[in-house]
This record gives sequence, structure tokens and C-alpha cells, in this order.
Amino acid sequence: MSRRRSEQITYFLIRGVMYSIVLVIGYILFDIVRHGLPALNWAFISEYPRKSGSEGGILPAIVGTLSLLAGTIVVALPLGICSAIYLSEYAEQNRFTAMIRLAIITLAGVPSIVYGLFGLGLFVLFLNFGTSILSGSLTLACMVLPTIIVSSEEALRAVPRGYRDASLALGATKWETIRTNVLPYSLSGIITGSILGIGRAAGETAPILLTVAAFYLPRLPKSIFDQVMALPYHLYILATQHPEADKVLPLQYATALVLLLLVLGLSLGAIIIRIHFRKKYRW
Amino acid sequence: MWKDKAMRLLMLSAASTSIFLVALIFIFLMKESAPFVLKPGLGALIDRQWIPVSFVEEHFGILPLVTGSALVTGLSMLFTIPLSVLGAIYIAEIASPVEREILKPFIELLASIPSVVLGFFGLVVLAPLIKNLFGLGTGLTALTGALLLTLMAIPTVITLSEDAIMSVPRAYKDASQALGASDLQTIFQVIIPAALPGIIAAIMLGVGRVIGETMAVLMVTGNSAIMTWSPLAPVRTMTATIAAEMGEVSFGSMHYQALFWIGLVLLAVTFVLNVIAQRVLVRYGMMK
Repeated sequence: MSRRRSEQITYFLIRGVMYSIVLVIGYILFDIVRHGLPALNWAFISEYPRKSGSEGGILPAIVGTLSLLAGTIVVALPLGICSAIYLSEYAEQNRFTAMIRLAIITLAGVPSIVYGLFGLGLFVLFLNFGTSILSGSLTLACMVLPTIIVSSEEALRAVPRGYRDASLALGATKWETIRTNVLPYSLSGIITGSILGIGRAAGETAPILLTVAAFYLPRLPKSIFDQVMALPYHLYILATQHPEADKVLPLQYATALVLLLLVLGLSLGAIIIRIHFRKKYRW
Repeated sequence: MWKDKAMRLLMLSAASTSIFLVALIFIFLMKESAPFVLKPGLGALIDRQWIPVSFVEEHFGILPLVTGSALVTGLSMLFTIPLSVLGAIYIAEIASPVEREILKPFIELLASIPSVVLGFFGLVVLAPLIKNLFGLGTGLTALTGALLLTLMAIPTVITLSEDAIMSVPRAYKDASQALGASDLQTIFQVIIPAALPGIIAAIMLGVGRVIGETMAVLMVTGNSAIMTWSPLAPVRTMTATIAAEMGEVSFGSMHYQALFWIGLVLLAVTFVLNVIAQRVLVRYGMMK
């Protein structure tokens, strides 16, 4: 066999590996859409579950997940963006900054179940928020914080130095410069990066398992101190704890599809926005 | 001017929360697990049996859970490493620009599929497949979990390995080709060795992610806390134990504290992996 020929085979193999990965992802998505779609209808989305989830819809779980997301955004977004502004615009190269960076890297690596334990220890028990939307949102916020900081900092750093220098040269203060000449141009990058992080939080189960999620609670939450059902936890319960798991298979698929649509919708939206803005701002 | 200073202070305090949070996580995990040190003592964790609820004698040995995590993680890395490195090579060196623009978001998409959805897929599709393929009594095995974890580790490892490959100076490639090496020879004998530290760091971060994964393994590994090295046996990982048992435990009991100890072990392992990986990246100038 000639060298050329063996090289061609190697290329073929590498391409084969890449496209098998793509194929597997595609198949998983296809399988869930194929089985989930028939069971998915308006009633499923807008009705309360009946008979511990064997019948009816998943409205409380959808509302629960959305309220957790809202809570996470309210806490994590301002905190993350401000941290990123500090790191990108103010921080000097010193030990303190190095410590912040180490802390962010550490937070990014903490397993989600450990965030759950932490949330249980701090928010649920110590601060006495109980198992509630508040405890869950705070726990998820801690978890997505590093993602938001890292992507926001990247977006801020992408703004050319000249923008800052020009503004400073005209006599603007540092904060005025950031507010008028840096933030506006990096906002799209910050938002898309944050959506990607927060979208992932929507699908997380382990942290809310210990801090919010109700097994079966067919009503809507009234305050942030209420327990809620959540989509990922509901899917987990239906698939593993339900006495007749086989019978409710279509409902499991439909729940998985709704969750997938929510999370992938957010991520896909972010990716599209990013591609759009990448074309708009070129420096 | 006061406003400028106030804003700086605000941003500084926001950035400091990260340090504060890390400290809080360690403090609260230790606080909840601390009484265990006095009774029954830390030695109780080094036991080959995990029987936290018993009428006769409870055992809080985390060894079967550690081996469970190690088995699942090791198996999944066996698949993840070759697949991801080849995938990264393809995206960085072989794919056309258009292909790259499509493949990269697609891989990112995989990263955002919730682990509970993958676990569900594993439960209803993959587990029956494994069961029939190997003629087993149950499809809920370490191998099933490892395959799902491979899907979760692939995006992390591919993306970071690709960064590492991309950070190899162009001159290396040019020099190699000028000497008459073919593209493939250049890739495998010049670019990959030069990118190796970054690829190793990527793999370590992938391992960190896999060890900490909870839902997928909880749903498909069968959850029996026995010590085994067989890929086709049901196992129970550290993460799955916490998730499965924390809901039923009485707060403050020895069992509760033991679960927090498992959390501490997980935290320590991922912390060390992360720090080493980051050191490697900084040392070889591969940080973005």
C-alpha cells in the first residue's frame, strides 16, 4: 500500500469519527422529537398534572422552571457582569486578581451536586429559606456565575483599546468611558454568553433536587418561598420513580422534548445572535 | 469623581464574591460534615461496605462509591480521549471553513443537552441495547453510564483540545511542510506533540466534568454499591449516592454527614484537577 493510499484511509477514519459523533447527537435529538411530538399538544403544556403525573399536563413544571430561570438571571447577571467589568477594566496584575481568577476557575469546576449540597447547607438550612424558589435560584445563580463572568469578560476585552483611549482623551472619567464606549459595544456578546450559561442552568437537576424541587405539586407557586415542580426533576421522577414508568413513556418523551426545546431554543438563539453580531462588529 | 470611585468599589465587590463563594462552599460542606470526625470517626469512611440504613450495623464506607466513580470515569475516558482528540484534529486541521462553522456550534449544542435528558435517553434506548447486546439481566451497568458520560465529556474535551491545536504557532507547520512532510505527518508528528500539554489539560477538565456528573449516572448505572471492576456490572457513583439518598435522610444524622463527606471528596478531587489543568495551560502559554 502506497503512502498516499494509507494517508487517504487515515483521513477517512478521522472524518468518520467526527461524523459519527454528529450522527449520535443527531439520533438522540431525532429519537426524542419522534416520540415526544405525538404526545405534545396544547393541553399538555397548559394543564395541571393529574394522578401523580400519569395524566394531564406539565404546566406547574414549566412555570417552576421559568421562575427558577428568572430568579437565576436576576441574581447572577448583574453580579457576573460587574465582576467581568472589574476584571477587564479595573483589575491590575496582582495577587488579588490572581485569587479572583483562581476562584472563578474553581467555581466552574465544582460538580453540580456539590452546589446542591452547598445550597442545602447555606440557603435552605442556615439562612432558613427552606426548599423554595429562592433557595433554588440562588444555588443555580452560584453555578452559572463563572460562565457569565468568563464570557462577559471576553466580550468586554474584544472592544478595541482605541475606543477607551478616545473617550478618556476627551476628558470622560473611567466609569463614563465604560458606560458609553465599552458596554454598548460588548452588550451583545455579554448577553449571548450569558444566555448560553443560563440555558444550561434550566436543564440542571442535581442542584434543584436538594433545594427546590417538589415531587408532585399540581398548583402554581404564589411566592418565592414556595416549592415548585421543575421540568428536569419531573422528567427524572416520571422516568425512574413512577410506579408505571412504561405506561407514561409518551409523557416522559413529551416532557423531555419540552425541556430540550427550552434549553436548545435558548442556546440556539444565543448562537445565532452571536453569529449575527460577529458579522456586524468587525474590528 | 466620587461616582467614579463608587463604581470601582461596586465592581470590585462584585468580583470579590467569587472568592467569597469558594470560601463559603468549603465552609458549609465542612460545617455539615464536621461532627462525623468525632463520631464515628473518619476511619469509618474507609470501609468496603456502604450500608447507611440498617437495623443491625450501619456502614459508611465510601470505597465502593469511589471505585464506582473511578470505573465509570475510566471507561468513559477510554472512549472520550480518542474520539475527542481525533474530532479536534478534524475541526482544527482538516475541515473546510464552512464545515468548521457548522461543526463547532453543533458540538456546543451537545454540551447544552441537559444531563437528565441524556439519562432518559440512556434509560429507554441505550440500556435495552446493552442488555440485549451482551445478554445481561439488566442494561443498567457501568458501561451504559460511561457511554453517556462520553457524550457529556466530548464537547469540553474537543473544544479545549481544538484551542490547544490552534495555539500551535503556524511556523511549526510551515517548517515541517518545507522539510517535505505530508499534512498527516505534520499533524501527528509536529502539531499534536506541540499541542500535547493543552490536550492533556483538556482531558483533565473532561475528567473533572465526568466525575461530577450526577443525573445521567444516577439513572443508568444501576445504583448498587458493590466493589467491582467489571464494566458490565451495576455500580453506584459518589454523585449518584448523594442525589439518591439526600432526599430521604434526616438532617444532621450520621448518614447525612457521610453524604456531605462524599461531597467534600468530590470537591477536593475536581479542585485539584482544575488547578493542575490551569497550571499546565498557563505554563505552556495556552491560556486564551
